[in-house]
Formats: sequence, C-alpha cells, structure tokens
Amino acid sequence: MIRTALVLAGLGLGLTAVMAQSNPITERQQAMKAVGAATREGAAMAKGEAAFDSAKAQAIFKTYADAAKKMPALFPDSSKTGGETTAAPKVWDDQAGFKAAFAKFETDAAAGATVASLDGFRTAFGAATKNCGACHEVYRVKK
Amino acid sequence: MLLLRRLFVTLVVLAALAFAGFYVLTDPRVVSPSPEIGALPAADIENGKLLFAAGGCASCHATPGQDDKLKLGGGLALASPFGTFHAPNISPHTRDGIGNWGVQDFVDAMAAGVSPNGQHLYPAFPYTSYRLMPPKALADLFAYIRTLAPVEGRAPPHELPFPFNIRRMVGGWKLLFFEGAAFRPDPTKSESWNRGAYLVNGPGHCAECHSARNGLGAIIPATRLAGGPDPEGKGWVPNITQSENGLAKWSKEEIAELLKTGFTPDFDNVGGTMAAVVRNMAQLPDTDRMAMAEYLKSLPAVEGPPRPQAK
Ligand code: HEC
Ligand code: HEC
Ligand code: HEC
Repeated sequence: MIRTALVLAGLGLGLTAVMAQSNPITERQQAMKAVGAATREGAAMAKGEAAFDSAKAQAIFKTYADAAKKMPALFPDSSKTGGETTAAPKVWDDQAGFKAAFAKFETDAAAGATVASLDGFRTAFGAATKNCGACHEVYRVKK
Repeated sequence: MLLLRRLFVTLVVLAALAFAGFYVLTDPRVVSPSPEIGALPAADIENGKLLFAAGGCASCHATPGQDDKLKLGGGLALASPFGTFHAPNISPHTRDGIGNWGVQDFVDAMAAGVSPNGQHLYPAFPYTSYRLMPPKALADLFAYIRTLAPVEGRAPPHELPFPFNIRRMVGGWKLLFFEGAAFRPDPTKSESWNRGAYLVNGPGHCAECHSARNGLGAIIPATRLAGGPDPEGKGWVPNITQSENGLAKWSKEEIAELLKTGFTPDFDNVGGTMAAVVRNMAQLPDTDRMAMAEYLKSLPAVEGPPRPQAK
C-alpha cells in the first residue's frame, strides 16, 4: 500500500517535472521570479532594513548563478509566443548576445559567492543587479 | 452656362483662399511663434547637465553602437507609423551639429519646434513636452551641450513617404495639437509638487510614451499617462496614473525607487525603453525623484485603452 503510494507519488513528481520541462515559458518565468524574490531580500539588506547575514547573502548570489545557468536553454524556438511571455523577439534574433548577457550575469554573481561583509555585499549586489535592467532593456518587452 | 461658370470661379477663388489661409496659418512663425528670451543671467551648466539627463537627450541623439552616451552624433532610427526618423547630430560640431547655433535658435527648436532655417521640426522630437522648459532652463541646457565633444558626420535623412516628407504639413499638425507656453507653477500646490509636475510633463516627457496617440500621432488628452501601445510599435507602455491598473498601490517611495534603480515593488526590473529612462533619472537628486513621485501620486485615476489579451 505505502509502496504503491510512494511509486505513484514518484511518478507524479516525474510527471510534473516533464510537464514543467515541456513548458519552458513557465519554467523560465519561475526562475526569474526566484531571482526577483532573492533581489527583494538583497535590497533589504543593502539598505539596512534587514540585518546582514552572510549565509543569506551568499544564497542570493547562488539563486542568481543557478538562474543564469538554467535560463539560456529555456528559450526553444517553439516558445517565442504563448503564455504571458514578455521575452522579446530579439532573444531569438540575437542568441549569441542573449547567452553572453547571461554569462556576464553568472560571472557577476560568482563575485558574490563568498561575501562575508556588508560592504562587500553591497558592491557585489550593486554590480550583479545592474544586469537586470541591461538585459531586460534589450531582450524583454511588455505586451 | 453662365451659372456654371460663376460656380466654377467661386470654387477656384475659395480653394485659393483656403490654400492661402493654410499657407499663412501653417507658417512656422504664425503657428508656433518664438518665445521671448529677453536678458538671461549667466548659464548654469550644472543645471543644464541635470536637464540633459532628465530630458533623455542621449537616448535618441547619442551615436548608436558605441558606449559614450555624450557623443551626440545622431543616426538612431526611430520607427513610427509615418515612416522612419533619424535623430540628427546635436553635438557642438560647427558643420554637422549645432555648433553654429545661438541661444535663440536652440530655444526656437526646443520650445517652438522650428529650426534656424525657419522650417518646422517633426514632433518625433518631443518638443511638445520640452516647450514647458522656460528660456533660462533651455539656455542652461544649451550651454551644457556646448561643453560636449563635437562629433563629425550627419545622420541619414528621414525616410518618410509623401505627404509626411513635406515639413509644411507639420504646421497643420501644430495648428490642431500644439500649444506653446512654458510651465507655470500652481501657487496652491507645494514647491515639490510643482517641481515634480515640471519634471514629469516637461523635460521628463513621460506622457510621450505613457499615452495613446490618435491617427495623426498626437497624444489623446484623455489617455495622458494612462498607457497605450508603444509609439515605436513594440509592446505596451503601462498606465502610470492612480488607476488600479496603474500606480494606485505604489507608494511615493516605490515610484522614486523605480526611477532610481528600475525595481518595481515586486522586484521585477523594468526593461524596454524604460531602462534608459531609469539610467537618466538615476542621475537626478533624490529630491527630484520624490517630487515626481509626489506629483504622480496626486493624479486622478484614469483608465487607459484596454491592453491587448495575451495570446
Ligand atoms: C540575460 C538576461 C536577463 C537577466 C540578466 C535578468 N533577466 Fe529577468 N527576465 C529575462 C527575460 C527574457 C524575461 C522574460 C521571460 C518570459 O516572460 O518569457 C525576464 C523576466 C523577469 C521577471 C518576470 C517573471 C514573470 O513573472 O514572468 C522578473 C521578476 C525578472 N525577470 C527579474 C529579474 C531580476 C531582479 C534580475 C536581476 C537580478 C533579472 N531579472 C536579470 C531576462 C533576464
Ligand atoms: C524620442 C527621441 C528624441 C529625444 C528624447 C530627443 N530628441 Fe532631439 N530630435 C529628435 C528627432 C527625431 C529630431 C529631428 C526632427 C526633425 O528633423 O524635424 C530631433 C531634433 C532635435 C534638434 C534640431 C536639430 C536640427 O538640426 O534641426 C535639437 C536641437 C534637438 N533635437 C535637441 C534635443 C535635446 C536637447 C533633447 C533632450 C532635452 C532631445 N533633442 C531629445 C529626437 C529626439
Ligand atoms: C521612451 C518611452 C518612455 C518614457 C519617456 C517614459 N517611460 Fe516609463 N515606461 C516605458 C515602458 C516601455 C515601460 C514598461 C517597461 C517594463 O515594464 O519592462 C515603462 C514603465 C514605467 C513604470 C512601471 C509601471 C509598471 O506598472 O510596472 C513607471 C512607474 C514609469 N514607467 C514611470 C515613468 C515616468 C515617471 C516617466 C517620466 C519621467 C517615464 N516613465 C517615461 C516607457 C517610457
């Protein structure tokens, strides 16, 4: 009984993973939402509204780096339109530039992977978050 | 027969009168007279620099494809329903830019939309908003631009089909849609509110993007700041009035934060053409961004045109 339930649950998990995979738009938006949520925490720390915590700070950069690694593969040709995507056609017209923008985001995130001081955090966070607007300027358009 | 001939003559005379009337009324000096500049104090270059940032001049006039936003060689293509415009060279180069212009020439261009050779300028250049800057502010801006490096080379000519290629037509447009007067503060409101109103409606030219336009490319007053299709035909520009679909739930601090860092209250970061606006507004002092936020929070809620459904 329990075994069947476990197997079914396992299957269910596998299935959701497959479904998420088959919907790259949702998946890339989830990745970006996680980046947004991490940025909210980071901004609070940078402004002194939340106490600096190096573990939390490092986790923010890890979220950035994970997204930067994962994102470029989530824009297959079949996902140019659909859902509520705000990805601009330029993503597909200029794949090289788009990938380079994520590579830069990843590099800037790596610079914060071991931050241990508030000042160091502010510098790394400032540099990493410059990437948001820079990429959205070119590769994103609200419809 | 006689009757017919009389009718014909009358028609010809009427047509000639109409043409003469159009000709007189669309004369740049008649439809958009130069503002009086009078005697001006010495130029304040720092203020000019601030207005250059607030006005986003570099977003259109910087030479595309290089990183120095202060090289104002022009050439950027601006798509529109009427054809493609190319932002001209406004660097202080004496042959290719505006190096030979006097203050009056600059004020005429910025506040009346008239070039030194007496022709109309197209409102793709948002002088419809810049006209709110008083001559003193424009003289400061001019003095700042004159400190920048001269850039050689001219932008390609605009690619406009007939009849939009006839500058005189802009006179008719101005007759319908253009009123020229510098910003006048509202004495019943606070100083910071007035500063915000001036920055938003004048140099900041927010309404030039955040409004819907009619078939002749003029802002529909009822949709001012209430959003609409992107003027260059890409995507949608959001409502920034106090509508539920706009900034109703945003605090003043959140609006000021967006203008400084691009972050929305839910930590998305604005992109598209707004990204450059943020880079420019980030150069202003905090007090100016808070003033703009104060003004925006004081606006009534306006429902803009419906946003197209996502496919
Ligand atoms: C190299 C490009 C790139 C970088 C860097 C980037 N983004 Fe994005 N972001 C995108 C694209 C593309 C989309 C649109 C995805 C879609 O709708 O299909 C997006 C969408 C988003 C969204 C909306 C997700 C949703 O709900 O649909 C948020 C929030 C977001 N980004 C936040 C950020 C933040 C914060 C940063 C910086 C810390 C950042 N992004 C950096 C490319 C990027
Ligand atoms: C949205 C794009 C845009 C912005 C922003 C913009 N301009 Fe322009 N500007 C243009 C275009 C397009 C023209 C050409 C108009 C024409 O040919 O009739 C122009 C023309 C001009 C001219 C006349 C040049 C000539 O040779 O006749 C001046 C001066 C000028 N702009 C100054 C400025 C300044 C100063 C700012 C910032 C406060 C600014 N512009 C912001 C698009 C822009
Ligand atoms: C060149 C066109 C342009 C100009 C000028 C402009 N905006 Fe925007 N603005 C946009 C676009 C496009 C967006 C949507 C960007 C996005 O979400 O990625 C936007 C978004 C915004 C938002 C976020 C709204 C939301 O619901 O997310 C605010 C607030 C805003 N603009 C305020 C202003 C103010 C204030 C000014 C004047 C100082 C201004 N804008 C001038 C094009 C413009």
